[in-house]
Amino acid sequence: MSFKILLVDDEVELVSTLAERLSIRGFDVKWTTTSEDAFKQVESYNFDLAVLDLKMPKICGLKLKEALHEKFPEMKFIFLTGYGSEADFKTISDQIGEEFYLVKPVDIDVLIDKINIIIKSKGQRTPS
Amino acid sequence: MNPSPNSQTERIAFPDPQKHLMNYRRIWQTVVFLTGCVSLIPLIFITVIDYQVTQRAIESEFLLRTSRLISNTQRAISFFLTERKSALNFIIRDNDYKALENPDRLLKILENLQDSFGGGFMDIGLIDSDGTQRNYIGPYQLEGKNYKDQEWFTEVVERGDYISDVFLGYRKVPHFVIAVKRNLPDNAFYILRAAIGIDPFNTLLSNLELEGLGDAFLINHEGTLQTASKYYGEVLGNLPFPVPRFSEKSEVYEEGKTEATRHVIGYRFIDDTPFILMIVKNKHELMKPWLKTRLKLIAFLIGSITVILTVIFWTSGFMVRKIKLADQRRVMSLHQVEYANKMASIGRLAANVAHEINNPLAIINEKAGLIKDLFLFKGEYSKDEKLINLIESILASVKRAGTITKRLLTFARKFEVSIQKIDVKKLLEDVLGFFQREADHRDIRLKLTAQENTPELESDVGKLQQIFVNIINNAFAAISDGGRIDVSAGMEDNEKITLTIADTGCGIPKEDLDRIFEPFFSTKTGSGGTGLGLSITYNLVQEIGGKILVDSEVGKGTTFKITIPIHRK
Repeated sequence: MSFKILLVDDEVELVSTLAERLSIRGFDVKWTTTSEDAFKQVESYNFDLAVLDLKMPKICGLKLKEALHEKFPEMKFIFLTGYGSEADFKTISDQIGEEFYLVKPVDIDVLIDKINIIIKSKGQRTPS
Repeated sequence: MNPSPNSQTERIAFPDPQKHLMNYRRIWQTVVFLTGCVSLIPLIFITVIDYQVTQRAIESEFLLRTSRLISNTQRAISFFLTERKSALNFIIRDNDYKALENPDRLLKILENLQDSFGGGFMDIGLIDSDGTQRNYIGPYQLEGKNYKDQEWFTEVVERGDYISDVFLGYRKVPHFVIAVKRNLPDNAFYILRAAIGIDPFNTLLSNLELEGLGDAFLINHEGTLQTASKYYGEVLGNLPFPVPRFSEKSEVYEEGKTEATRHVIGYRFIDDTPFILMIVKNKHELMKPWLKTRLKLIAFLIGSITVILTVIFWTSGFMVRKIKLADQRRVMSLHQVEYANKMASIGRLAANVAHEINNPLAIINEKAGLIKDLFLFKGEYSKDEKLINLIESILASVKRAGTITKRLLTFARKFEVSIQKIDVKKLLEDVLGFFQREADHRDIRLKLTAQENTPELESDVGKLQQIFVNIINNAFAAISDGGRIDVSAGMEDNEKITLTIADTGCGIPKEDLDRIFEPFFSTKTGSGGTGLGLSITYNLVQEIGGKILVDSEVGKGTTFKITIPIHRK
């Protein structure tokens, strides 16, 4: 059973390409550009991980995470942002948990490392 | 390091703050002028008035005193003459012609006169209606001498008595005569005539207390001296100035063209005599006491002006210096607020730009990454090293651009005021990172050394960053290409950390070292330096509770040492 990942980012070019790159690496990836659509997708698919853009129109990444976490407590999260650096989110991470924060442009290997850490924490196998 | 602040923001943004300052020199000049006018004009005015009033009072006093002396002396002389004339009148009425014709009787009368009046009477003679001297007692042989044709005889016949001018006569001694007439029935008469020496006049006049080189003497109506004068000649000489005009009372006037030759002249016509009493004083001598008073007055004026001007200069200077300091603080505060606002705006702008760049950069990164993935995972072009290298190059450039935007975001955000825990080494790395490109271009070596145990600071990260930017920016302005900037951080003690920024720049002259933190002190006048950069830096260091020290040697370089408390108070 492959690891299911939901990518949410308002930049369609970015999110679609990133989804394809993860798919190539053996992950089961779905993507969307809006938080509303993300809600619909999680209803029909049991995702292990959501990779969310922090700054999105209408519902931001943090609020989306809170809503999803409430409904799916087992779901893990990684945040992406083009605004700031890792250090800037140290305070936020202290407030909301141990989620990962990555600053765009994201190095795919760094993202894979984070995903693998989460997979291992869930006791699953990483894709070959 | 150059003392002139030349920070990044100043170079790009701010107009010369000096133009907002007042013209202190003009203020000082105006204050000095106005207070000087208000203080000195009344003082000078009053002094001049007092000078004139006092001078006039003293002059009036001299004139009055002279006038009084003239009157008193005139009374004494007039009394002297009247007394002798009355004595002769008494004698001529008390003795009939026959008695006076007797030489013994006339001798006795002369002796009595001389004894009673203390001198003055030189001789006495009896003259009949024909003008012939019938009896004479005196040192000369004048008996039988006829005076009918002489002017004095005519006059005494007409008026009844007569006092003559001073003359030498037969005896060649200055004297004058007093003659009185006694009428007899049938138009007959006889005359008693006495000669009187002028010694009593001389004695009287020489005993007068005259100040101002004064001279008292008698003249007749023709200006002939009747007594000796100290300065104007002997008896019967001519007076060297005109006879004063007739007046019934004592008169005083001034004569002379220059101060030295000016005289105060008092005179009085003595009634029923040919004499005029004159007292002449030298005005310059008279005014000598006034000159002393005048010197005191002038010394007082000069002293007062000196004291007033000293007080005015000192207080004006003190006040204007205070105004200048307050004004400089005001302008510096405005400048600092403006500076902080601009930096915050620049920070926000930079953050937005970085964010906007980051998104397309992320797309490029993913697209290039996908191409690489496709090449590698599908194997179609996995052997084509050129294509793979091209993709790697794109990804490396994206990574580099990403590093820059991340640094820009971090840097810009720190200009916003925020108190937080700060990793000093990281902050210094961020700041130096922004100067790295310029350092590379100019072959300047940037070296950062931080002690292992340097703790995190609790401070205002924006202010701290601004302090580092200002000082490092100044170091860059001061050093030549190929120079070195060494930045180090370490523990001062358990409470403070020390940051040292040392450069190999041109250094600061010793005379400027004490002034480099003063507002508006700049050695780069006219080249964009506002003179506020280091002053603002100094204030920022103080605001975060730190201290800043500077050490410099011309030609070798400058070291700034900043001590900052670890915990915010």
